Amino acid sequence: SGCVRNFASQTKKVTLIPGDGIGPEISAAVQKIFATAQVPIEWESVDVTPVRNPDGRFGIPQAAIDSVNRNKVGLKGPLMTPVGKGHRSLNLALRKEFDLYANVRPCRSLEGYKTLYDDVDVVTIRENTEGEYSGIEHEIVDGVVQSIKLITEEASKRVAEYAFQYAKENHRSKVTVVHKANIMRMSDGLFLRCCRETADKFPEIKFEERYLDTVCLNMVQDPRQYDVLVMPNLYGDILSDMCAGLVGGLGLTPSGNIGLGGALFESVHGTAPDIAGKDLANPTALLLSAVMMLRHMEMNDKADKIQKACFETIKEGKYLTGDLGGKAKCSEFTNAICEKLA
Amino acid sequence: IAAIPKAQYGGRHTVTMLPGGGIGLELSNYVREIFRYAGVPVDFEVIDIDPNSETNDDLDYAITSIKRNGVAIKGNIETKSEATGIISRNVALRNELDLFVNVLHCKSYPGVRSHHKDIDLIVVRQNTEGEYAMLEHESVRGVVESLKIITVEASERLSRFAFEYARKNGRKKVTTIHKANIMKLSDGCFLETSKRIAKEYPDIEHNNMIIDNTCMQLVAKPQQFDVLLTTNLYGSICTNVICGLVGGAGLYSGRNYGDHYAVFEPGTRNTGSSIAGKNICNPFAMLNASVDMLNHLGHTQHANAISTAIYETIVKDKIHTADLGGTASSTDCIQNVLKHLAAGQVSWHGLAN
Ligand SMILES: Nc1ncnc2c1ncn2[C@@H]1O[C@H](COP(=O)(O)OP(=O)(O)OP(=O)(O)O)[C@@H](O)[C@H]1O
Ligand SMILES: Nc1ncnc2c1ncn2[C@@H]1O[C@H](COP(=O)(O)OP(=O)(O)OP(=O)(O)O)[C@@H](O)[C@H]1O
Ligand SMILES: [Mg+2]
Ligand SMILES: [Mg+2]
Repeated sequence: SGCVRNFASQTKKVTLIPGDGIGPEISAAVQKIFATAQVPIEWESVDVTPVRNPDGRFGIPQAAIDSVNRNKVGLKGPLMTPVGKGHRSLNLALRKEFDLYANVRPCRSLEGYKTLYDDVDVVTIRENTEGEYSGIEHEIVDGVVQSIKLITEEASKRVAEYAFQYAKENHRSKVTVVHKANIMRMSDGLFLRCCRETADKFPEIKFEERYLDTVCLNMVQDPRQYDVLVMPNLYGDILSDMCAGLVGGLGLTPSGNIGLGGALFESVHGTAPDIAGKDLANPTALLLSAVMMLRHMEMNDKADKIQKACFETIKEGKYLTGDLGGKAKCSEFTNAICEKLA
Repeated sequence: IAAIPKAQYGGRHTVTMLPGGGIGLELSNYVREIFRYAGVPVDFEVIDIDPNSETNDDLDYAITSIKRNGVAIKGNIETKSEATGIISRNVALRNELDLFVNVLHCKSYPGVRSHHKDIDLIVVRQNTEGEYAMLEHESVRGVVESLKIITVEASERLSRFAFEYARKNGRKKVTTIHKANIMKLSDGCFLETSKRIAKEYPDIEHNNMIIDNTCMQLVAKPQQFDVLLTTNLYGSICTNVICGLVGGAGLYSGRNYGDHYAVFEPGTRNTGSSIAGKNICNPFAMLNASVDMLNHLGHTQHANAISTAIYETIVKDKIHTADLGGTASSTDCIQNVLKHLAAGQVSWHGLAN
């Protein structure tokens, strides 16, 4: 009954993966802001540093997997993937483990923070489990390397479905599929066909097809012409970062990974090794990801409150971090947000 | 590496012209009009490729022609057929002629509407392999594999081209663009090869950047780049982003080189079907391609005269088509270029003979 629901909503557990580089700093910032706003969440912090499993292979520790499987919701800082042989991307492993098949990245110009583009409002939805990230590569003969991009009907269909559903639920009017089927006729062709078929089921949402390079060209000229974009893995990676650039950088853009095994929210940026440990990082991206998470958990009041405090702090411009042209430390910016919430 | 122009009888050159689809036909006609007016000693062998054709006969004929002439100028060729046996004709052409490098030089025209000023970038793009290998198969129903091929040989040849180009053109820095954190072997090979070649050019600074970060940096701080050295697909992405930043698809030209042939075209390789036949497309990307071609053939005076006329039209006279926020028609642009050529310092008749 009401009592039980009330009790449950008071103690929602959420998995927290602080991550590498600037991850711990910005995670701490988010935790502090959530505590100040009295968000009824209990963080379950887990370490995902790969361990040797009983089968002898390296992977995510079982405790971390159990935590996400139990809580179904998580917040994650950036994880490092070293360049070079032998390292599988941990980000990718997490996506695989929980079947996080859709990566959603809203990208919007912030009111009060002037950037070159002040009219961006696009959402990129990226297939998250296959494509160029299949990890299947070989050296066929000396000096000739091949890398396999894998596109399946199943994965393409479910991400297309998600994109249209997202557009519908969020009152968006158009979905653009971004592809390169003029070159990759079979693989991107399959993705494109799945999107077309899904579009037929959503007649109220406008649908258009565009080449990846044409979207790159048009996006930087006039981003207003795009709304929701859906695409294979690599294109989504590239375009979402580009869109972040349009509105002031990686420090600002959140993302959510939606899957069958749960939902994991994370900032778009990487570990930023150049500024790690110096209290210089901008926690906004992770904070806004946490806000997306709150909406996912239907805690909209808290989400609105925190988002408002964050945007106002940025708009006032007194405590901006270096990436936004300010001089403030991560902690000073965080405190300014907390003051508005106290 | 670019081919040395062949001496032609009477000092004239024959060049293959492939107008292509969409706006390609009108763009090609503007080039011919200006060349005729300026008495440029170039004859075109014009070949139309039927986009609806299910065979590659037209294409084979075009390739033969380019092999004979050594030089071509082209618009974007359409491939309407969705049959998997018919590959993109633009790609087939580049592969067949072994045009292993695509070069795009983007330098801001003062006064052109854009989000960034003072951009001066060069993209050196691998043009024949990588994601454009077009080796694909459906393993089981609903599961498709697409192969990306990176070879040491092609990467080495391209890297060397980039560093030589940088050195010859007084450039300071080459940045390799890759995604080696994910595609560790393929992009790793491209990156490692460029690092190895970079050691032979200690006078040129070398660094590298991941493609997603590159796009973000390009839209935020494009001035930090000098020469970008990229795989095929990332090259397409970078050239389109950069052109978008400095004025769109209608301004800049791209050059494709191999050991034996050179093909010139608009830099972003768009078809422009939606604006074809309306006298509104921007003619300068194609005209700039024709200037590149003249430089390649050694007709530098004609090249300079046309190039100056283009610059005056865009920068001083501000004759801009709709894509640049102006109201001029394509023919307004061409008329203005002709006006400058007529008033020019060059004695055309002297040159033509
Ligand atoms: N939250 C942030 N606050 C401030 N600057 C940031 C932030 N995130 C990223 N940056 C800056 O953006 C640039 C690229 O960031 P990113 O973290 O993606 O680096 P990276 O080298 O790609 O790391 P990774 O290998 O983990 O992806 C860095 O120079 C970094 O300083
Ligand atoms: N010469 C030009 N002048 C003005 N605008 C141009 C020119 N070339 C391309 N564009 C514009 O650039 C954008 C991308 O071009 P386009 O639509 O041709 O791309 P595409 O991907 O080749 O598409 P398609 O093959 O369907 O025509 C369009 O808005 C087009 O109008
Ligand atoms: Mg990225
Ligand atoms: Mg990164």
